[in-house]
Amino acid sequence: MKITQQSTENSLTLSLDGELDASSSVVLDTELSKPEILRNQKVLINCRQLNYISSAGLGVFISHLQRFQDAGVKLVFFNMQEKVHNVFEILGLDSLMTIVPSEAEATAI
Amino acid sequence: MEHAIRISCTRRNLKVVRDFVSEFLLRYHLTDLLINQIVLAVDEVVANLIIHGNGEDESQFLDVRVGVVNQEFGIEIEDTNLTSYSPTSYHEPDLQEYVRIGKKGGVGMMLVNRIMDRVEFTTVGAHNVCRLYKKLR
Repeated sequence: MKITQQSTENSLTLSLDGELDASSSVVLDTELSKPEILRNQKVLINCRQLNYISSAGLGVFISHLQRFQDAGVKLVFFNMQEKVHNVFEILGLDSLMTIVPSEAEATAI
Repeated sequence: MEHAIRISCTRRNLKVVRDFVSEFLLRYHLTDLLINQIVLAVDEVVANLIIHGNGEDESQFLDVRVGVVNQEFGIEIEDTNLTSYSPTSYHEPDLQEYVRIGKKGGVGMMLVNRIMDRVEFTTVGAHNVCRLYKKLR
């Protein structure tokens, strides 16, 4: 799992490249756990190169969502592949998390 | 089941099993969505057995066997361990509650049960076998 970061004044975009499983999800957890991430108004997750997600990867997002919400930080996913979106749908996480098709829509939220 | 693989109990082998299952399924001309679902269900069970069942002890092994009979995919995952998973202890989690308390794990078996048609766990002595089945058509 490779994570590339891009910051603007109010937002941070994390581009995920690879597979998020029980072996690799710790890398993402480390990034999302950093206290300074809560200084952003939005954290955007670019999923274009995210080819696979298991419950371990989902668990990282589930475990940080309330912390982000309490700090007023919006967590937005975009460019999600159909097979990855399907995993969110199976659990109903697509209704608990903000997932939009494009970067333009993610930026506009 | 003639297609089989043996792996040691390390997280690094999760990818090995995923590739083994997805390569096996390629010959059945399934959708990417269905292949990903089956691979995910297998990955969840294998991760549980490696991490929780065998404590990531690389001297322990899992035997994985796959096959298709009458358009039904089946997989057996076998280990030798006195710690067996008990499906009777499983309750479907409340995800909103998990979000509220920031819980990191616990949704793997929810995925497995929602994806697969049948999920069976049997233990005979120290031999534990998990069997998963999914109709392909």
